[in-house]
Amino acid sequence: MRVKRGSRMPDPGAAALIEVRALTKIYRVGVETIHALRGLDLAIRRNEMVAIMGSSGSGKSTLMNMLGCLDRPTSGAYFLNGRDVSRMGASELAQVRNEEIGFVFQSFELLPRQSALENVELPLVYAKGGWRGRRQRALAALDRVGLGNRVDHRPNQLSGGQRQRVAIARAILNKPSILLADEPTGNLDSQTTAEILALFRQLHAEGQTIVIVTHEDEVAAHCQRVVRLRDGRVLSDLPIAQDVAGRHLESVRATVASASAVAEAIAGGGAAC
Amino acid sequence: MLNPLFWLQAITLAFSQIWANKSRAFLTALGIIVGVASTTAVIAALTGLKGKVLAEFESVGASKFFVFPDRPDNAPRNMYPWEKILLKPEEARAIRDECTLVKAVTPITEVGLDVQSGDKRIEGITVAGIWPDWHEVQNRFVEEGRPFTTIDVDSERQVCLINVDAITELDLPANPVGEAILIGGRRFLVVGIVETTQARFFGMNTSSAEIFIPFSVAEKMQERNFFMRIEGMFANPELAEEGEDEVRFVLRRMRGLAPSEPQTFQVAAIDKFIEQFKTLATGITAIAGGIVGISLLVGGIGIMNIMLVSVSERTREIGLRKAVGATPTAILLQFLLEAVTLCLVGGFIGIAIGRIAAFGLTKIPGAQLEQADIPFWAVVLSFAFSAATGIVFGMFPAIKAARLDPIEALRHE
Repeated sequence: MRVKRGSRMPDPGAAALIEVRALTKIYRVGVETIHALRGLDLAIRRNEMVAIMGSSGSGKSTLMNMLGCLDRPTSGAYFLNGRDVSRMGASELAQVRNEEIGFVFQSFELLPRQSALENVELPLVYAKGGWRGRRQRALAALDRVGLGNRVDHRPNQLSGGQRQRVAIARAILNKPSILLADEPTGNLDSQTTAEILALFRQLHAEGQTIVIVTHEDEVAAHCQRVVRLRDGRVLSDLPIAQDVAGRHLESVRATVASASAVAEAIAGGGAAC
Repeated sequence: MLNPLFWLQAITLAFSQIWANKSRAFLTALGIIVGVASTTAVIAALTGLKGKVLAEFESVGASKFFVFPDRPDNAPRNMYPWEKILLKPEEARAIRDECTLVKAVTPITEVGLDVQSGDKRIEGITVAGIWPDWHEVQNRFVEEGRPFTTIDVDSERQVCLINVDAITELDLPANPVGEAILIGGRRFLVVGIVETTQARFFGMNTSSAEIFIPFSVAEKMQERNFFMRIEGMFANPELAEEGEDEVRFVLRRMRGLAPSEPQTFQVAAIDKFIEQFKTLATGITAIAGGIVGISLLVGGIGIMNIMLVSVSERTREIGLRKAVGATPTAILLQFLLEAVTLCLVGGFIGIAIGRIAAFGLTKIPGAQLEQADIPFWAVVLSFAFSAATGIVFGMFPAIKAARLDPIEALRHE
């Protein structure tokens, strides 16, 4: 694991990778004031795979933006990897996003005119010393997601699942502390969803910390832990077996076998999604 | 801060953006293309004209000077009647005898006379009265026969020099030396054929009939108060200033002008004309610069407009780039670079068109612009101005892109 520069928090709070305390976020939309987060506390340790759930308006998107360092809280503290990122400036936050966060979006967000390889390389464009070994790193990332044979394809030549794999390869390129996925399977059919979730599980097994924001219990069932939000606060924070989503565990176990078989086949360098 | 990969992809992206929107980019850059093309063409024409004119001045000689009568500025007309300020032959003689820095000097007076050879008669040919030094001053010698001598002038011989055009116009034999022609009713012997020079100043060429007679003879054929000018040459072009002072001193003394009195004549060396011409050329260049300034302003607004469109179209892309770690500075530079690239491509096309126009100018018959060419500084300046336009007008859209909130940008439809 990488050790980052910057001030370590005095209270280590165990080996928490993410430590959020009394986080609030207030938006002003016209004359209206929206309390998106109302003093939220959350801790996520290394190599956890957490689902964040909640209905719309529960604050889960706001929380995701905070965790992804895309936005700053109105008050409260956010320690990422021991560093307080809640008071950083725009440029510093950009660097943190580049080094610590890997985003996976519902609609993939690939650059249409660039090849899969170029899309995966994108974070290196903004990285310190992104010049050396960039090809190999991007190729390695594409290999990890099972797309080693699609490097020169443009997004429009790839299926939805393949596009999301390219996006995941881009997200893991800089070996981020957190892989932050926002409804990663929202635009995919159930077969492809299973494959993408299998890929997340595989990355998790390899040591990656993953946070998935979703509203589907079937997706959450792939995680170890489910955090449910309501009205900007944590409603429940339970291991998967104790959460409502746990009822899907059986079907997950059933599909894992077949999905991992597919994943292996892909990793073996063959089948398309 | 920004690694080489950033610059590589930024430049590649800038060009691919132009390539992907070729017609839009072309229309956007049209203002800059037209501005740069017209300016470079004007500068090319001016450079050609300047080269030509300066070459002509050079051929006349940098050490040449002219003296002509001149009424002082703001002086009442009746205080300086024309006959009082006209140059006199004795003033030419004084310059010849007393100015040590003057190497050669000749008075020139022109009179329109009827000329006849056999049955062929031409009315009103300009006949010039000159001294033998004229050959040296004008750098025109004889092709056939002999030049004028001091004896021709001193003994008022009725001899003349003619040019090739005069031979054809008067139906004289190919070598007319020894033939006699009637000038103003008097019989003159042709003693030599004067060299034809190419165009003198600004197309005032000498390709018409010319006849020269000794000054002393012309004096007799003129009216009482006739106009004459003096042309001369300094021994050393380096001492032209001192030479002019000397001529001025001699003429003031001849005219009895007190130090407080204004000068009633002008002494001008060729370098004065060169300077005047250069000032004129600089003025025209400045006007051309103004035109390019206005067209770049118009073009720049087009650039700004299209960059704003581009920022708006690519909002999601900007959001993504920010999410993967692009700093506001990186986004700003990216869009600034695109605007500059667009302007530079426009400038390049403009220079190419200007170059073709300059080539076209050299092919216009009679325009005397054979030397039209775009100087290197104009190319550099065109690129510099284009780039500056890109920076100035690309700044606002780039700042807008850099300030986009990544969350809003990613949500943008």
